[in-house]
Amino acid sequence: MKIVNTSINKMDSKSLVTGKPVYTDDIAPTNALIVKLLRSPHAHALIKSINKTNAMKVPGIECILTWEDLEQNRFTTAGQSFPEPSPQDRQILDRRLRCVGDPVAIVAGSDEKSVLRAISLIKVEYDVLEPILDFRKAKDNEILIHPEENWEALCQVGADNKKNLCAHEVFEYGDIEGELKACEIVIDEIYHTKANSQTMMEPFCTYTHLDTYGRLSIVSSTQVPFHVRRIAAKALGLPKSQIRVVKPRIGGGFGAKQSVVSELFPAAVTMATGKPAKMIFTRKESFTNGSPRHEMEIHVKLGANMEGDIKAIYMYTLSNAGAYGDHGPTTVGLVGHKSMAIYNHANAYKFDYDVVYTNNPWGGAYRGYGATQGFFALESAINELAVKLNMDPIELRRKNLVQVGEKMTAYYGETLESCALTECIEKAKEMTDWDHKYPCRDMGNDKIRAIGMAVAMQGSGISNLDIASAELKLNDEGFYTLMLGSADMGTGCDTILAQMAAECLECQVDKIIVHGVDTDISPYDTGSYASSTTYITGNAVIKTCETFIEKMIQESAKILHCDNDDLEFDGTRIYQRNGEKQITIKELGNASYLGGHNCISASESFYSPVSPPPFMAGIVEIELDKTTGQVDIIDFAAVVDCGTPINPNLARIQTEGGIAQGIGMALFEDVLYDKEGRMMTDSFMQYKIPSRLDVGKIRVEFESSYEPTGPFGAKSIGEIVINTPAPALASAIYNASKVKLTELPMTSEKILLGMLENEKQDKHDFTGGW
Amino acid sequence: MFNGKNYLRPSTLEEAWTLNQNKNNKIIGGMLWLKMGHKNISTMIDLSDLGLSTIEENDQEFRIGAMCTLRELEEHSGMEQFFSGMIRNSIESIVGVQFRNLATVGGSVYSRFGFSDILTVFMALDSYVELYKGGIIPLEKYADMPYDQDILMRVIIKKRTRKGVYLSIRQTATDFPVLACAVSQNQEGAWKIIYGARPGKALAFESGLPEKPGLSDIEEAIGKLKSWGHFAGNMRGSAEYRKALAEALLRKAIRYTMDMTRA
Amino acid sequence: MEVKIKVNHKNITDNIPADLLLIDFLRKHGFYSVKRGCDTANCGLCTVLIADEPVLSCAVLTARANGSHITTLEGMQKEAEVFGSFMADEGAEQCGFCSPGFIMSVLAMEKEFEKKGITNPSEDQINKYLSGNLCRCTGYMSHTRAIMKYLKRAGGLK
Repeated sequence: MKIVNTSINKMDSKSLVTGKPVYTDDIAPTNALIVKLLRSPHAHALIKSINKTNAMKVPGIECILTWEDLEQNRFTTAGQSFPEPSPQDRQILDRRLRCVGDPVAIVAGSDEKSVLRAISLIKVEYDVLEPILDFRKAKDNEILIHPEENWEALCQVGADNKKNLCAHEVFEYGDIEGELKACEIVIDEIYHTKANSQTMMEPFCTYTHLDTYGRLSIVSSTQVPFHVRRIAAKALGLPKSQIRVVKPRIGGGFGAKQSVVSELFPAAVTMATGKPAKMIFTRKESFTNGSPRHEMEIHVKLGANMEGDIKAIYMYTLSNAGAYGDHGPTTVGLVGHKSMAIYNHANAYKFDYDVVYTNNPWGGAYRGYGATQGFFALESAINELAVKLNMDPIELRRKNLVQVGEKMTAYYGETLESCALTECIEKAKEMTDWDHKYPCRDMGNDKIRAIGMAVAMQGSGISNLDIASAELKLNDEGFYTLMLGSADMGTGCDTILAQMAAECLECQVDKIIVHGVDTDISPYDTGSYASSTTYITGNAVIKTCETFIEKMIQESAKILHCDNDDLEFDGTRIYQRNGEKQITIKELGNASYLGGHNCISASESFYSPVSPPPFMAGIVEIELDKTTGQVDIIDFAAVVDCGTPINPNLARIQTEGGIAQGIGMALFEDVLYDKEGRMMTDSFMQYKIPSRLDVGKIRVEFESSYEPTGPFGAKSIGEIVINTPAPALASAIYNASKVKLTELPMTSEKILLGMLENEKQDKHDFTGGW
Repeated sequence: MFNGKNYLRPSTLEEAWTLNQNKNNKIIGGMLWLKMGHKNISTMIDLSDLGLSTIEENDQEFRIGAMCTLRELEEHSGMEQFFSGMIRNSIESIVGVQFRNLATVGGSVYSRFGFSDILTVFMALDSYVELYKGGIIPLEKYADMPYDQDILMRVIIKKRTRKGVYLSIRQTATDFPVLACAVSQNQEGAWKIIYGARPGKALAFESGLPEKPGLSDIEEAIGKLKSWGHFAGNMRGSAEYRKALAEALLRKAIRYTMDMTRA
Repeated sequence: MEVKIKVNHKNITDNIPADLLLIDFLRKHGFYSVKRGCDTANCGLCTVLIADEPVLSCAVLTARANGSHITTLEGMQKEAEVFGSFMADEGAEQCGFCSPGFIMSVLAMEKEFEKKGITNPSEDQINKYLSGNLCRCTGYMSHTRAIMKYLKRAGGLK
């Protein structure tokens, strides 16, 4: 069969392109109460009193909940396997408000206008406290963000609420001090990456109701339905058995929906009133109280000899968790462990970090999950090293890249089983005519064209932690039902997993129906994050198919009165290898629906002791106006090794989309706050994501290795694709302007003012080499 | 969320004007800004039925109705030819076609936003506004007037400009400008240089450039610009950055305008 | 106030608050293809046609649309399927949440190009026309591929 590695259309494409009502807000009951929040205007405050008398008088208002009305259990909203590494540090409503927008009261009523009116009538007395708004000042500050006694860290992540520490760790291999001292050249830089908003097009949204059995049903746009069930149970003080979570089509996630963001508020209303309730975040709320990328400051020391052999890498990371620790202890790990692993031949590595609480909005998961920040820092340092050594950055990398069969020191000691990074780089070089374009060319008319590159890796699921299961059923007429617990958020994983099943079952995909996630009936899956679905859930599908085929053979043997061992399956029938007997899958399906036979189903689960990295090379060509600092992207060439692309079209779109997001992050996406900690970039008017006029031409090719532990040789694709644009652009900008930028975004302003500064220092040289 | 109690579509200007004298009422223009506010409006006044949706052209001028959309302005072939694409250039970066199909010329000009591309480009041309009670006054004067309750009927652009360019710097292609610069030269050879998004509203810079400026004239003008003092910072850019851009855009604009003469 | 609005060739009479936005009117009447992606008229997801012109329904007063003819994607199912199949062939619909607004704009663009006699539009012309439709999933390249193939199909732009 040849279903895997073909670009079939997504199974839901027709309903999506014809605008069918398949998203949460489209299917919510029309009588659902509208739920909105009164949010804190202060970055740090205690609620002294809340008076809701006047607000309750607004016609149509059903309930107003404040902190006194709800459970005081502390939990984390990070969608992670239990026990979560993220500290148990929040309540649905809390007396202490830790950032602007923290919820003060939940208001539910028959329509939006009444609810907004009621919100405006709630009287709150605040005890306004001094906030910490600079994450560099948070550690050991006398102001404590989480002084509460019932704050708890369930895992050993180095968290200490009395020091504003959400996590702290030191990883060290070899003698870092000694090696750095011995190096002939050391790059020593501090990089600063900002918060970024995922801005999936569908905002956070949830509706809730009580089902026929009086259980709480949560229908939500989430990447982690099973984690939502567990977290909601703890937050609401309900047994898990009393909660059902259903995931309809999702309008994008990118990690934002790996946290419980909108679910608990309508759930609390439904529990309080018994009525259906719905909460649709405004875009503003999605910006101000979503779960953006963690702001980080990364100090890199990169040591090498004059031949360009990298001897030592040190990375210290300060990460801004914001008000709550969602994903704080885990995102930071990827900063060093993913980036340093590519340069595996050093004698010493050190990676240590502090993750601190502040009164900024809390961070969360965003595609790349710390690796993106880490690669901006380390790849920028590598590019700077190339400049200092007067060496082509491609040559420098070639000398130092990790090779298949090596144990990766910085990557938990995993052995690299598959890697085509060298081929990726070569291909990208060829695609862009690197040798002729590096480093830059003066085009006249104030314009300079320059080129820059970066490489990256990621993982495929979380080793030994992520788990996925699949279930397969044979129906009458011989079609199959594939039950999955992973959440398709638009990536097409429902289709990709069906392709894998079709490959195993030697049939076309239209023989398989896929059921999206409903925690009451779907098999368990940790969820769609950490680039896990193709690899982890894919392997679960293959295992399930193997067992399922055995079961079909067993049942056929009974019907045909022969031995299991004599029978074979060819996709349409089960037949005797050396005989006449056979039964078609249709006949078997029909028979299995009659007494005297057995219904046929199978379910298997899978976890992985390793997380095989996909790789990627990105080369960008820009045109820079030296009088204005404006950067236009001419061409972005990306070559990816994701193992076998199960669906090349969908893998390509993942790559193009990730690069576009990376371009936004690199050049203009910037979360800005005023001095009181209020977000100023809380709309698409002020927080600009790339339009189709801002991304230039993105070209994607694949250089596929074969990952022996992967399903059909596949590794992941979803996250790695966002990691190269920032460092590649930083390098191209330097090559065009000689301005070294270490802080994102790299706006035209920073470039122009940098050029003017260089000019002052008489370093004006736009066209020469080094 | 904005609140509006009543909606009225007056059939005469007098009726519209009378309604607009009540400060709780509002003319709704293209709705794009109004709908983002949190105002409580008593009556939303819609000028759609007052015949203000056309662009008229005669030998002397273009008469642009206040209810014309930015898209209509952008697509107008007469203005495209006469002002060598300058007006289209000032408009085509504004959000998107669907947005420009709604946003009105009157709404943009009345609001006199600091970031307004339209105000900037109009000020570089021989533009006037026609007010229901206030009559026809130069746009530059209108730009400085406080908001009042008169009705902006149309913008009139005289056909006296020979050529010009509109340049802007934006962080992204469809964002507000960080700085906008409209430069034109009229039939008598006089230059008009307007900076918008300083970030304050559009303002004329008196460059003193002669009809055919040489290198030293341009440098002199740049020298004046350096001490002009009308640039400031906001979240899209610092004052220092805007000053540097102003200089770069002025050099480019003069160069492009003079290239037009040669062509 | 009472309004009479034709949506996809069908008359709807309704009593509405004066400040009801068209997007909310349309969703209330079951036209769920119209999506809200922002609060500031910047994303293009709520694009519908009024008298064949693409507009943002989040910024139109229903009262102002009184008496006009609105087209949503529900009223262009055939066209959506044809162009949509080109998108699906590229995998370009992805999460699909921006697809209805985007497809409305593409179909409006096609009509406008035809009207202006643009038979062979450049990628730049296309990107400029569609710059008001944001998409966070795809990076836009697949959109352009789909549009180019669609416009060049048999029976395409004349």
